[in-house]
Amino acid sequence: MTVSTSTTSRPSRAPAAGGRARALGELPLPRPAWSRVTRKMFGHRGLAIGLVCVGLAVLVALFAPLLAPHDPYFQDISNRMVPPVWHDKGSWTHVLGTDKLGRDYLSRLIYGTRISLTIGLVAALISGVIGTTLGVLAGYFGGRVDAFISYIITTRLAMPVVLVALALASLTGGSLTTVIVLLGLLLWDRFAVVSRSVTQQLRDAEYVYAARTLGCSLPYILVREILPNIAGALIVVITLEMAHAILLEATLSFLGMGVQPPLPSWGLMVAEGKAYMFFQPWVIAIPGVALFVLVLAINLLGDGLRDLNAPGGRN
Amino acid sequence: MGTFIVRRLLVALGVALTISVVSFMLLHLSGDLATSIAGPEATAEQVAQIRVEYGLDRPIVSQYLDWLGGALQFDFGRSYYYQSTVIDLIVERMPITLTLGGLALGLAVCISIPLGVVAALKRDSWVDRLALLFAVVGQAMPSFWFGLTLIVVFAVTLKWLPAAGSGGLEHFILPAIALGYYATPAMMRLTRTGMLEVLESDYIRTARAKGLSTTSVIFKHALRNAIIPVVALAAVELGFMLGGSVVIESVFSLGGLGQLAWDAISRNDYPVVQAVVLIIALFYIVLTLLADVANAALDPRIRTR
Repeated sequence: MTVSTSTTSRPSRAPAAGGRARALGELPLPRPAWSRVTRKMFGHRGLAIGLVCVGLAVLVALFAPLLAPHDPYFQDISNRMVPPVWHDKGSWTHVLGTDKLGRDYLSRLIYGTRISLTIGLVAALISGVIGTTLGVLAGYFGGRVDAFISYIITTRLAMPVVLVALALASLTGGSLTTVIVLLGLLLWDRFAVVSRSVTQQLRDAEYVYAARTLGCSLPYILVREILPNIAGALIVVITLEMAHAILLEATLSFLGMGVQPPLPSWGLMVAEGKAYMFFQPWVIAIPGVALFVLVLAINLLGDGLRDLNAPGGRN
Repeated sequence: MGTFIVRRLLVALGVALTISVVSFMLLHLSGDLATSIAGPEATAEQVAQIRVEYGLDRPIVSQYLDWLGGALQFDFGRSYYYQSTVIDLIVERMPITLTLGGLALGLAVCISIPLGVVAALKRDSWVDRLALLFAVVGQAMPSFWFGLTLIVVFAVTLKWLPAAGSGGLEHFILPAIALGYYATPAMMRLTRTGMLEVLESDYIRTARAKGLSTTSVIFKHALRNAIIPVVALAAVELGFMLGGSVVIESVFSLGGLGQLAWDAISRNDYPVVQAVVLIIALFYIVLTLLADVANAALDPRIRTR
């Protein structure tokens, strides 16, 4: 909630303001040189932490086969529930221990990064396309189009996402693809809200007016004039929705309606460890912490990008 | 004000109807209900028989209209699994979910508003940073995992509170914490931003210049204005929490609406699923409507939009 309001109020000072300032005959705002951007980025601790953690997660996901010490699907019934290395009975063969089927926990955790990141990224892209299209159209045309699209947004917001996603995932028989598509189709509301209000501010900007006067086609105006100027706000929403989608996938999988075994989804790992959590709390602690750190890092990245977007900084 | 309320009521009605259509269609179109109900080992004849028995062979529009006609009179049909009507099940389970949601919201309000106010007053102090950390952690914590962690720590290790099941108020404490923490970050941040904005405004300077005491300025003048959007957000968050209770209730085996919905989903008990989705959406619609009206009553500028 706060996220959407603050991203919507900020962009008036963001790139768009450059256009308006020029229109008023004032000095154009200087474009930030790359060195200044990088300095600001690393001066911002949250952003730096987020960037490093997300970067690491992406590397882990890409090089999972090289990093994983064992096959994540290999079951070894004689080696079940081996505790992690810091435990008295732990060993370096299985650094994070093994699960109830004797599969190496670290390897499953590493491959799980792939699932979470894929879901987050693809779902955010699908919902980004849906939401941005709706939001830009509503913001640009106003009037009846806006009223209609706003109605769709209101309806979507009133739908209990977790329940609907659970019911549909269970009906479609939950697989990685269906979960991604489902989340993509459900999570577009924030994209629509943000792009609608930013487009409303841009609609009457001088350069949009100029393009209209020059006879540019509607798609040209929307894609070449409006879209680049709302991109900053959208990138922030993409990160936040990625985090949202990752959490929702984990929740669905935890409740047994999302990604199905034997895939190493972190939410599924927590569900599989639930029966053992009283005596071996690490079985739920490890995937839970991984999920928490990844989502935290993505959120920090998003918050940091939003601050970069707003010259005034965080208030 | 009258026209504003009427207009919002009409929109709310429309949204409720649209959701009933969408949830009905989604459930009926995303898979073959008869096959799901019959189970994987059923023969083609059994599936066909179920299709006729449950009325799933009729055109979907007439199925929907029948269902809507019943729903308008609070008749959602009979559960496929329990020997009882859907509305009886819902009435029986509702108090648990409402208690959980109310407690969670109360907890979230009691923590987020004071914390937001202090963070704004002591901007950039360690309190502010701690509050921000608290919010950032809350936003990233998977609620089901937080719930399980609470069980391990407070129920199993410390043995202070029961781990699961429904019963007295002590059964609600851990679930309410798990659910309430989810709503806290947004409300805290909004209180903080609102207070910061208000504290810089001219009328606060005037109030200070008049020589009013700091407490009077903060509570009577600043907080009263900063809290308007927070009240609206609280209503919306309560709606979200009622929807999100499906997760927390199944973690804590708290037999409310959420658990009912989850059980119904895993047993292909679609009349129950449909009714719970609609009822939770209705709660959300009513709550946002109340929030809008309260907002408009407190802030006349909103009405003219």
